[in-house]
Amino acid sequence: MTTKLLPNKINQKIMAAVCLYLVATAALAADLSSYLRPGEVPQPDNNRMTTNRVELGKMLFFDPRLSGSNWISCSTCHNPTLGWSDGLPTAIGHGQKVLGRSTPTIINTAYQPLQFWDGRARSLEKQAVGPIEAAGEMNQSIEKSSGKSKSLLSKLKAYKGYRDAFKAAYPGEGISKDTIAKAIASFERTIVSTDAPFDRWIKGEKQAMSKAALRGFKVFEGKGKCAACHSGFNFTDNGFHNIGLKDATDSGRYAIRKVKILIGAFKTPTLRDVALTAPYMHNGAYSSLEEVVEHYNLGGITKENLSPNISKLNLTQDEKADLVEFLKSLTGTPNPMAYPVLPTE
Amino acid sequence: MHRKHLPSAALIGLSIMFTTAAFATEHVVDQQSKSFRMAGQKVEALTINAGDTIRFKNEDPFFHNIFSLSDLKTFDLGSFPKGQSKTVNFDTAGKVEVECAIHPEMYMEVTVK
Repeated sequence: MTTKLLPNKINQKIMAAVCLYLVATAALAADLSSYLRPGEVPQPDNNRMTTNRVELGKMLFFDPRLSGSNWISCSTCHNPTLGWSDGLPTAIGHGQKVLGRSTPTIINTAYQPLQFWDGRARSLEKQAVGPIEAAGEMNQSIEKSSGKSKSLLSKLKAYKGYRDAFKAAYPGEGISKDTIAKAIASFERTIVSTDAPFDRWIKGEKQAMSKAALRGFKVFEGKGKCAACHSGFNFTDNGFHNIGLKDATDSGRYAIRKVKILIGAFKTPTLRDVALTAPYMHNGAYSSLEEVVEHYNLGGITKENLSPNISKLNLTQDEKADLVEFLKSLTGTPNPMAYPVLPTE
Repeated sequence: MHRKHLPSAALIGLSIMFTTAAFATEHVVDQQSKSFRMAGQKVEALTINAGDTIRFKNEDPFFHNIFSLSDLKTFDLGSFPKGQSKTVNFDTAGKVEVECAIHPEMYMEVTVK
């Protein structure tokens, strides 16, 4: 009735405004839906997660006997108390050797189709055994004994606890490189982020994020261009970019794919729980999120072969501070984790 | 007789050239939502005829790349932003794997007949 009393032109304007609002709301909802957690952690058909597999994988993950020195476990670098990383600029491997790349967190790595900074492993199963055998990392041959150096298979088979655990997890498959890989991968698939303030906000809890963090989200998706690469639930495009770090000499993804744009390119890391995983970048160049934001604000330091997605941003001090607040809002409270008891006989 | 046949042969040759050109098709493949798409549908395999071209058009709000390191055909068309496109001619029969270097999930196999 009210609308009938209004002149036609005003009616049209109101209708147009309502339509615009509905379109804008729908577009926003569609955008936000891309940040929702997928229904299930991806897992291959030949290695579906079971309690026995996850428990075995956890034992292996925390067991230093998986290294040639019997002193380094997967968890030495992927430390659950340090965001499943190590808090170091770059990892330290066998014989205290400082390695060339930082330890990536394994939080949500189950959602990533390619593993390692250069994406050379196409599954978690293929990734899991890589560091064990790498001479610079855990330096442990899995299948071949050599002199006094026993193979990992012979070391594990010596323990009844492991024989029983493999039998329960992979009946009839035995203790093999394949079952070791599958068990560790199964455990790693349980290391997922919890709901952060950002997740609670997109589900409707309007007070979950601070005003600064909300402003930062707009910068993240707009002027900051962060979402061009840090997209979706896991805040990564699973892609490879040269972000123009200073003095970076590592060829990165180019070693795997000889395409020019990949010289110095590395996998886009997740931003989930990012406040827990400093230092940042593949070489640990930055110790704080503020430094990271300033790097992108400058459009990178080294311009040679720089990703075309990166350019100078001219963010204000407030925008940079807001962006950092948004990044912090992607960090949740990690799930509590009980350490396993390892077999001794 | 010999002289009369020459123009005919040239005519036949020309007509074959024009016929081939007439049937050469340009296939448009969109790079959208970090996947290769045709008419909105994700495409991971495409069969075309020798001489056909594929125009890869970036419909995402960030850069894409097109390359192939296949034995049959190696190329790197660099990276390009939304709205721009790059065209590749497939002139030899066989299989060519085409990828985006930036987003390795973007992969398609082109079979050239």
